[in-house]
Amino acid sequence: MTTISKVRYSRRSLLKSGAAAVAASALPAPMVWGQETKNITLRQFGTGVSNLNEVATKVKEDLGITLEMTALDTDSVTQRAATQPDSFDIADIEYFVCKKVWPTGNLQAMDASRIANYDKIVGIFRNGKLTPDSTIAQGTAPHTVGFVEGPAGKEFVDNESGWMTLIPTIYNADTLGIRPDLIGRPIESWAELLNPEFKGKASILDISSIGIMDMAMVCEAMGEIQYGDKGNMTREEIDKTFAIFTAAKQNGQFRAFWKTFDESVNLMASGEVVIQSMWSPAITAVRSRGIPCVYQPLKEGYRSWGGGIGLSTSLSGMELDAAYEYINWYLSGWVGGFLMRQGYYSAVPETSKEFMSENEWGYWFEGKEATGDITSPFGDKLAGAGETRDGGSFEDRMGAVACWNSVMEENQYMVRKWNEFLAA
Amino acid sequence: MSRQITAWLQAAPMALVMVGFLVAPIVMIVIVSFWGATEYSIYPAFQFDNYQFLFGSPVTYAVFLNTFKYAAITWALTLLIGFTVAYFLAFEVRTLKWQIALFLLCTIPFWTSNIIRMISWIPFLGRNGLANSTLISWGVIDEPLEWLLFSDFSVILAFVHLYTLFMVVPIFNSMMRIDRALIEAARDNGASAAQTLRHVIIPLCKPGIMIGTIFVTTLVMGDFITVRFMSGSQRANVGRLISNDISLLQYPSASATAVVLLCTVLIVIALLLRLVDIRKEL
Repeated sequence: MTTISKVRYSRRSLLKSGAAAVAASALPAPMVWGQETKNITLRQFGTGVSNLNEVATKVKEDLGITLEMTALDTDSVTQRAATQPDSFDIADIEYFVCKKVWPTGNLQAMDASRIANYDKIVGIFRNGKLTPDSTIAQGTAPHTVGFVEGPAGKEFVDNESGWMTLIPTIYNADTLGIRPDLIGRPIESWAELLNPEFKGKASILDISSIGIMDMAMVCEAMGEIQYGDKGNMTREEIDKTFAIFTAAKQNGQFRAFWKTFDESVNLMASGEVVIQSMWSPAITAVRSRGIPCVYQPLKEGYRSWGGGIGLSTSLSGMELDAAYEYINWYLSGWVGGFLMRQGYYSAVPETSKEFMSENEWGYWFEGKEATGDITSPFGDKLAGAGETRDGGSFEDRMGAVACWNSVMEENQYMVRKWNEFLAA
Repeated sequence: MSRQITAWLQAAPMALVMVGFLVAPIVMIVIVSFWGATEYSIYPAFQFDNYQFLFGSPVTYAVFLNTFKYAAITWALTLLIGFTVAYFLAFEVRTLKWQIALFLLCTIPFWTSNIIRMISWIPFLGRNGLANSTLISWGVIDEPLEWLLFSDFSVILAFVHLYTLFMVVPIFNSMMRIDRALIEAARDNGASAAQTLRHVIIPLCKPGIMIGTIFVTTLVMGDFITVRFMSGSQRANVGRLISNDISLLQYPSASATAVVLLCTVLIVIALLLRLVDIRKEL
């Protein structure tokens, strides 16, 4: 809202000065429009993962749009998207959050025909399948909340209706991070998180919707619980899961819980923790300090997540056009390359390829041995020649997803139990 | 204009501010505590679900107990340290110039954010932190002490560090008001230093001690961030229950917990005020 008034104000003040008034009235409409996109400000918020200043700088350079970024933790992101619709133009949220936010009506559906690279978006976000014969993992798979039936649709539909809730931007397959130097033996299963060997040196994340999935992966790997659907547990399954973790917590298994990306990096880098839930760039951040850290592939598979950009319902007119322009730019490759060089995947990998060197593409996407140093976009060395990415290629990693981050039907019950678990 | 109307008008601005910024928000919290919540919204209702869940969970009692534990231990330590510091400043330091200089010195750490002061303990107390490596190099311990960080110890350490000044200031203030002739009289009558302290200074410092106590207990009981950071989210107090609820969009449940906490703190303060009549003493 404020941005619109800002634009109007500047137009008005432009009109006040005589010469400009003549010019403005003489010029054809498109020129005026072009001039005003330069003044458009879009307010975006999301997790620290993709809310990077580099993106704002680059979009200003390429499109002239000012992007105001706010980075928040996962819970705060949900909170803002659900409760403060006027505080943002663009919401950069995770797909599972969509299930909570969409019913509030704070986001508007997007017209897929206005997305230039729509056909190149990977299958996971369209029909759920990475390759035609892959099976769809448990949990809130992105395609199940990716489409609604029309521009004002309230219900999710299970086909590519042409009206998208979020435009996929980044995603990844998560697993446990370990300090191989402090563990000194191979780690192959999620069950190791509760191994008494790591008493006082383990951690999980304190974000209920994600933490519960990590817990479920662990309990299932231990053979303690067989879940019907980890992404949609029954009350008994939730109770059993928390019973196991509460007992472990009271035995001092955990050193700390973390809520933000930086906390997980510090816990791992300082050696407070040797095995924990972790996100890919956190591993990169630990490694760039020269500390060995592995994003350990585990035999039970990955817990995966996907993020996307949603448009606020209050966006319209010129600003809506600018938002579409921004989205098309986002999928056109530069951002994808920037994110892939940190270990994420881009929704349209083929466009990102042009913004990566052959060595980088081989290392990050194809799982090949690096032919030279791999550096992060910030210039830190992450791997040397001959090293390969933990977990291998895109197909190996995204093909081994066991479950997606979710919101379950018993979410409220789970949240209360989570709160009890923290306090126990 | 009659005198009564003038008096009302004079009191009005303050009253309006209090109603708008203190009473109204609390009333809202009480109202919302009876509302219901879905995953993403809250809806008006009049139900006791939130309170029922709160009082029905054994975790609540454990957490309240923990909150009192933190408050009591922190209070005892800040009182001991705060009283000693104030005593030194008021009675041992002779000149006013030095008293002011040393007092300002005490406040210097408070020029930084209290989050920073708190977080800077983390690398210091960590498994491979300064404290552990120093102790190991001195040969005091062989293995790093795990309980230094992410434990009750670190939480209380941070509380004491953060809040001792709130005890020093009011006690120092009370001590400076004590007529020095009283202390001379005590000595002339043959009282030992300990007797003077016990029968003259401490009674006269009561208002200061009480104000400091109210500061410290309310700050500790309402805190959530210190507990979260210093315990690595492993411990909980009531403030954390509320903040977890808020982050999970459970506003009514958070309000209910807040109402119960508010009542508890008010009861504690009422009890404290029965011990000392601050108005009279000031």
